Amino acid sequence: MNYNWNWHIFFEPNPTGAGTYLDMLMSGLLLTIQTALLAWVIALFFGTIVGILRSLPSRTASWIGFGYVEFFRNMPLLVQLFLWFFVLPELLPRGAGLWLKQIPNAPFWTAAIGVGLFMSARVAVQLAAGIASLPRGQKNAATALGLTTAQGYRYVLLPIAFRIILPPLTSEFLNTIKNTSVAITIGLIELTGQARAMQEFSFQVFEAFTAATVMYLAINIVVVTGMRFLERSLAIPGYITGK
Amino acid sequence: MIEISHVNKWYGPSFQVLKDCTTRVAKGEVVVVCGPSGSGKSTLIKCVNALEPFQEGQIILDGIKVNDPKTDLPKLRARVGMVFQHFELFPHLRIIENLCLAQEKVLGRSHDEAMAKGQKLLERVGLTVHANKYPAELSGGQQQRVAIARALAMDPIAMLFDEPTSALDPEMISEVLDVMVDLAHEGMTMMVVTHEMGFASKVAHRVIFMDKGEIVEDALKTDFFGSPRSERAQKFLSKILSH
Repeated sequence: MNYNWNWHIFFEPNPTGAGTYLDMLMSGLLLTIQTALLAWVIALFFGTIVGILRSLPSRTASWIGFGYVEFFRNMPLLVQLFLWFFVLPELLPRGAGLWLKQIPNAPFWTAAIGVGLFMSARVAVQLAAGIASLPRGQKNAATALGLTTAQGYRYVLLPIAFRIILPPLTSEFLNTIKNTSVAITIGLIELTGQARAMQEFSFQVFEAFTAATVMYLAINIVVVTGMRFLERSLAIPGYITGK
Repeated sequence: MIEISHVNKWYGPSFQVLKDCTTRVAKGEVVVVCGPSGSGKSTLIKCVNALEPFQEGQIILDGIKVNDPKTDLPKLRARVGMVFQHFELFPHLRIIENLCLAQEKVLGRSHDEAMAKGQKLLERVGLTVHANKYPAELSGGQQQRVAIARALAMDPIAMLFDEPTSALDPEMISEVLDVMVDLAHEGMTMMVVTHEMGFASKVAHRVIFMDKGEIVEDALKTDFFGSPRSERAQKFLSKILSH
């Protein structure tokens, strides 16, 4: 292979005239983190609501939960982002569609919301499974003490269920971060986008993507470490994962 | 205090778990419900505080109809203590927090008030030193005593016990029964599903014998142990008292 390695490329000025190629990648990294964090907040928020709906005895509630989950998890993420970004504005009345197209940073909001909703279906399924794994008597005990259904969830079922599903939630958080790279297709210049731009300008494809890989790895290691710390600090002495 | 009249309950369209059950528990009375497994005794006691719905008949608790859609069930349940076979303490809360949760969230007591009440009841069941431990760090007998204390913290007008000693090692049964005997001597209204015939003969006023969803025998303690009228109760008694 006739390839000219040049690791020094990161410190050379980039074609935008503002800083080096490394600065370019760093701004992409920052955007990836911002998108992923917002997406994760959305995923947790809607995932919790839908997860609870799926665990309620009401038929209507579980049907709504079922519909939501199957809609968001059975379509490829790429298709969903195209749907929100390109199709939705055309389907809306003219005024609303136009407004949607002109929102500043539209790719960022679309990516964060799109990835967030996609991931929320997965969070919902896990939370519902976590709640289902609790002994039936826990709900009975909360109910018998006079707690309302909402209080039972707030003070008893959710705190235990979330502890149980914390390890798989870590994986979902990592998936959220990695899935933001799909947003390159709707014009979000996040880490993968910046790596591709760097490759196009400098022709140093391997250096660019090696750096991007290392950066993804670094964020994910931070997340894994953080989540493990969280798991340990929330562990219940003598119970399941606790010791 | 508790009036059960003509209660019928089905699981699904054809399986009848309760057949025309009628009985009452007067204020200050201790009633033991016994019978072979699957006879519907646990189901019956769970109908009293509406943990289980039933299709026909009615239950009146302290003058309030349980199966009336207008009844504020959480409020009603808060006035009746319930103790479960598997304790059902909340694993993520310390012992003292288990005792305080419903006092604060349901009765609206201040934290200090709830703590004081909790401490007093822990002292009563002899577990003061364990106040800051988690449920999984206690033995089964200790957990069940905490569960009784948790129910008593709500100042209940009556207590329901659903096989409170069935999940315990033999040596732990007596520490739980001792607490229950004390309660009975203090004049607490109690409905107890149990196989502990020693407890029944010591403190019960009446014994109800159930079989296949029916109340077969509802008699004063002395009559029940002395000369049970039904053949099924005779057989049951001779089997469990033969050792």
